[in-house]
Amino acid sequence: MTSLPTVTGDKRLGLVIDLDTCVGCHACATNCKEWNTSGHSAPLTDVNAYQAEQRGVWFNRVFTYEVGGQGPAARTVHFPKNCLHCEKPDCVTVCPTGASYKRAEDGIVLIDHDKCIGCALCSWACPYGAREMDEHQGVMKKCTLCIDKIYNTNLPEEDRTPACVATCPSKARHFGDFADPESNVSQLVRERGGFDLMPETGYRPTSKYLPPRTGNGAASAPRKLEPAPDLANAGKFLRWVDRVLSR
Amino acid sequence: MNPAYSVILFTTASGAGYGLLALLAVFAAAGVLPASTWLGFVGIGLGVALVAVGLLSSTFHLGRPERAWRAFTQWRSSWLAREGVAAVATFVPIAVFGIGWVFLNDTSGAFAWAAAATAVMAFVTVCCTAMIYASLKTIRQWNNALTLPAYLVLGLATGALLLVLVSALFGVYRPAFATLAATLLVVGLALKIAYWRHIDTEQPRSTLGTATGLGRFGEVRLLEMPHTEENFIMREMGYAVARKHARRLRVVAGLALFVLPLILLALALWSGPASVLPLGALATLSAGLGVAVERWLFFAEATHLSMIYYGRTG
Ligand code: SF4
Ligand code: SF4
Repeated sequence: MTSLPTVTGDKRLGLVIDLDTCVGCHACATNCKEWNTSGHSAPLTDVNAYQAEQRGVWFNRVFTYEVGGQGPAARTVHFPKNCLHCEKPDCVTVCPTGASYKRAEDGIVLIDHDKCIGCALCSWACPYGAREMDEHQGVMKKCTLCIDKIYNTNLPEEDRTPACVATCPSKARHFGDFADPESNVSQLVRERGGFDLMPETGYRPTSKYLPPRTGNGAASAPRKLEPAPDLANAGKFLRWVDRVLSR
Repeated sequence: MNPAYSVILFTTASGAGYGLLALLAVFAAAGVLPASTWLGFVGIGLGVALVAVGLLSSTFHLGRPERAWRAFTQWRSSWLAREGVAAVATFVPIAVFGIGWVFLNDTSGAFAWAAAATAVMAFVTVCCTAMIYASLKTIRQWNNALTLPAYLVLGLATGALLLVLVSALFGVYRPAFATLAATLLVVGLALKIAYWRHIDTEQPRSTLGTATGLGRFGEVRLLEMPHTEENFIMREMGYAVARKHARRLRVVAGLALFVLPLILLALALWSGPASVLPLGALATLSAGLGVAVERWLFFAEATHLSMIYYGRTG
């Protein structure tokens, strides 16, 4: 059913991505590929994996931007991006087959790969470029928030978190329930001013981004080096050393 | 957006087919066209063939064409599903009306009602096709009030040219058909000029600043791509036609789709019935080419929001 759920469940699961601490290592993208190529969405096909013109499905891609002009004032911001599990996603409603759907119980947006006809219309409807066609299987694929990991009772409790979150070495990714105002993610959004990407689209992403912290500006101005000491005022010994070294 | 040839063929062929079927239905029910077997057979046959070719070609770009039947299920929310349902449903009145015309030589009474239903359903189906594009908030060149009327008028105009041709072939041509085609072409030209002016002057709402939320810190610039090769998103959404070429192709589309057919129709109106067949054929050929270029541009000039993340400006 591609109409959006009319009832909202108890949970709204999503991610918070901290643009202040992300170091752009691509570990989240890599671990995502690793986990998801063998789970719910398996395989994440690669074409020409070891030669020119590689093509393949990735759920998560890490961009790097430069902000605030060029030169010393500019800062580099690493920017991982995957499906934001929007509240009002047209990627669901445009689907003619019912393959693309949003779960009422936790808000996760999923694709039923047995129903998908690979028409690609849902990818056209996503403003964030979060859906990629698996050209071998002829069906659309996207981030599942690691649905086969976060509810997997075979795993120890602390491992039931998306692969990207589990692997991030700088703790730039957080997973939680936005319906609970006291959850880790709700608190982070409140305290750090979490924001939506492209709010003007009206898709109301569940996942949020935290802005990079602004420093006091001390690092942005180039520091002047101390000039070399004037030798005229230096002692006899130092002048002799200078002469010897300058030979 | 990547202009897939199957989709261009689909929208142009099915648009002309539905246009022809709607006009045949209206004129037959009104008694303007005689209910003679071969006229009905060729006219309706041509319309149905165009629609069928279009529908078939639209399944070529599916990853899993064997599951295409599933695309009829989500008509509550999806314009693509609605289009599928409408397209198939349209065949029912076409069949009734066609049987009446071709086999019973009767286009009155119940068959006139079937004709009316054919015209209405053809209209509905083309509306659904247009709405697939017009409803996408991610593409400002499609998500505007001119997309739907342009699809309707261009479908009707190309259908009217086919009507001129078919009616001339069977000696039932009337100058009113050529006048109708010319009027629709003029309206179409006005719509396309308004459309091109609109997409050229509209200020895009989204920028890399709003896309990343980093605009508050100043100008945002792409420093590094997430990957070295083109991914699906870039191939599907990233197709861009150079502005210079777009200008030139707009002129080509304008000349082939509107100006040349209008001149040929004027000549046909002026020189009398004998020359209608060759002139009408030329006009149809030219408009067919022109509408394909117009549709190609409709895709190639469409910019998708997701490409902002990949550093597209403007
Ligand atoms: S980010 Fe894109 S794919 Fe994910 S829910 Fe939103 S619109 Fe759909
Ligand atoms: S590609 Fe699959 S999931 Fe996406 S709209 Fe088409 S059928 Fe639905």
